[in-house]
Amino acid sequence: MTGTPVGAAAALFRRDLQLAVRRPDDALQPLLFAVIVAALFPFALGADATRLAPIAGGVAWVVALLSLLIGLDAVYRGDEEDGSLDQLLVSGQPLALLCAARMLAHWLVVGLPLVLVAPVLARLLGMPPNAWPVAIASLSLGTGVLVAIGHVCAALAVAAKRSVILVPLLVLPLAVPVLIFGAGAVQATLSGLSPTVPLLMLAAGLALAIPLAPLACAAALRLNAG
Amino acid sequence: MHPLVRWFHRFGSPPTFYRWAGAAQPWLFAAALLLGAVGLYFGLVVAPADYLQGESVRILYIHVPSAWMSLFAYLFVAVNAFVALVWRIRISEILAMAAVPIGAMFTAVTLASGALWGRPTWGTYWQWDARLTSELVLLFLYIGILALYHAIEDRRRAARAAGLLALVGVVNLPVIHYSVRWWSTLHQGESVKLFGESSMHSSMLWPLLLMAAATHIWFFASLAGRARLALLEADSDKAWVREALKQSLPDASPPHGASA
Repeated sequence: MTGTPVGAAAALFRRDLQLAVRRPDDALQPLLFAVIVAALFPFALGADATRLAPIAGGVAWVVALLSLLIGLDAVYRGDEEDGSLDQLLVSGQPLALLCAARMLAHWLVVGLPLVLVAPVLARLLGMPPNAWPVAIASLSLGTGVLVAIGHVCAALAVAAKRSVILVPLLVLPLAVPVLIFGAGAVQATLSGLSPTVPLLMLAAGLALAIPLAPLACAAALRLNAG
Repeated sequence: MHPLVRWFHRFGSPPTFYRWAGAAQPWLFAAALLLGAVGLYFGLVVAPADYLQGESVRILYIHVPSAWMSLFAYLFVAVNAFVALVWRIRISEILAMAAVPIGAMFTAVTLASGALWGRPTWGTYWQWDARLTSELVLLFLYIGILALYHAIEDRRRAARAAGLLALVGVVNLPVIHYSVRWWSTLHQGESVKLFGESSMHSSMLWPLLLMAAATHIWFFASLAGRARLALLEADSDKAWVREALKQSLPDASPPHGASA
C-alpha cells in the first residue's frame, strides 16, 4: 500500500494527523496564543471600539502570522532527531510529494483552526461584521502560503543548532507580501473598497506556493542531510 | 576539454583563486579609491546644487550607487548560490557567502543615507514608501541569510542552506517589490535609465556613474579579501594553506595564523 508515491505521502499525512490527535496541545496552544495576544490589544489601546476597529484587520493578521510561527521549528527537527527524516530521504519516494503531504497536514492542524477562530479574534478586536467574511477568506488563503513558506524555512534550518528564533527570522521577511495582501483585503473592505484584488493576489500566491514550496523544501532537506 | 571550461576549473581551484585574488585585491582597492575620490570631488564640489533640493542633493552620490549595489550584490549572491547548488562548484559557495555581508552593508548605507536625505527633502527620516520598504525587507533578507549561515556548524552545509534561502529570496524579491508598491508609493521615479534619455543633467550624471564604478570595484576588492579569508579557514588543514601562509608570513606558526 505504501509502495507507491501517493501511498507513501498518504501514510505520512495520516501519521502527522494522528500525532496531532494524540498531542492536541501542539494544535491548541498556537490558537490559545492567538486569542490571548488579540486580547492584549484592547488592554494596551483601550477598549474604545472606534480606536480598535480600524486596526482590527491588521492586528488579526499579525496575530495569525505570529501564532503560525510557533512550532514551525519543530516540524522537521523532531524527524531529524529521531532519524525518521533519514528514512524519508532513503525511502526512494519523491521527497517533494512527501513535503507537500506534510504541509497539508500542518495546515489542517494549525492553519484551519486559525481560520475557524478568526471570528473570535475579529469580535475581540471589534472588527465590523461586514469585514468578517473577507477576513476569513484572506486567512484561509494566506495561512496556506505561510505554512508553505514556513516549511521551506524549517527545512533549511534543520541542520542549525537552536533554531527557535532562527526560523521566524527567516520566515518573516518572506511573509511580508502575504501580510500586505491579507491585511490589505480586510482594510479595503473596512474603507468601503473591493477586496477582490488583494484576495486574488493571495490566491495567486497560493497557486505559486503549492508547486514550488514542496520542491524547495525537498531540496533543503536533501542538502542538509547530505 | 574546452579551454574556457579548463580555465574556469583552474580559476575555481582554491590555491589559484587565493593567489589571483590576493594579487588583484590591492589594485582593485586602489582603483576604487581613485575613482571614488574623483567621483566625490565632482559630485560634492563641481556639480551644481539642485534648484529644488539645494545642497542635500549631493547625498545621492552615495545613496544611489549604494542602492544599485545592494541589488547587484544580492544578484551576485543568488547567481553564485545557484551555480554552487547545481554544479557543486565550491568557490561559488565561498563567493556567495563572502558577498552577503558586503551587500548587507550597502543596503544599510542606502537606508542611512536615504534617511539623511529624506529629513531636509521630505521633512522626515523615514517614510513607509514602497522603495524604502523594499530596501528594508532586502536588509531583513540579508540578515536572515547571515543568521542561517552562522547557525549551522558545518560550513559547507551552512553555505548551501543559506544559498538556497538566497534563491528563495530571489523568487520572492519581485513579489515583495510589487506588493509593497501596491501598498503605497511616494519615492520619486528612476532618473537614470539604461535605455533612452536620462532625465539628469550630465554634470550630475558623470560623478554618479564614477561613483557607481567605484562602488562596483570596491565590492570586488572587498569580496576578494573576504573570499580569501574564508578559503584559508575552510582549508586550514590543507597543504596549500600551509604553503601560502609560509610565503606570506615566514615566521608565523601554523595553522592558526589565518589573520593574514
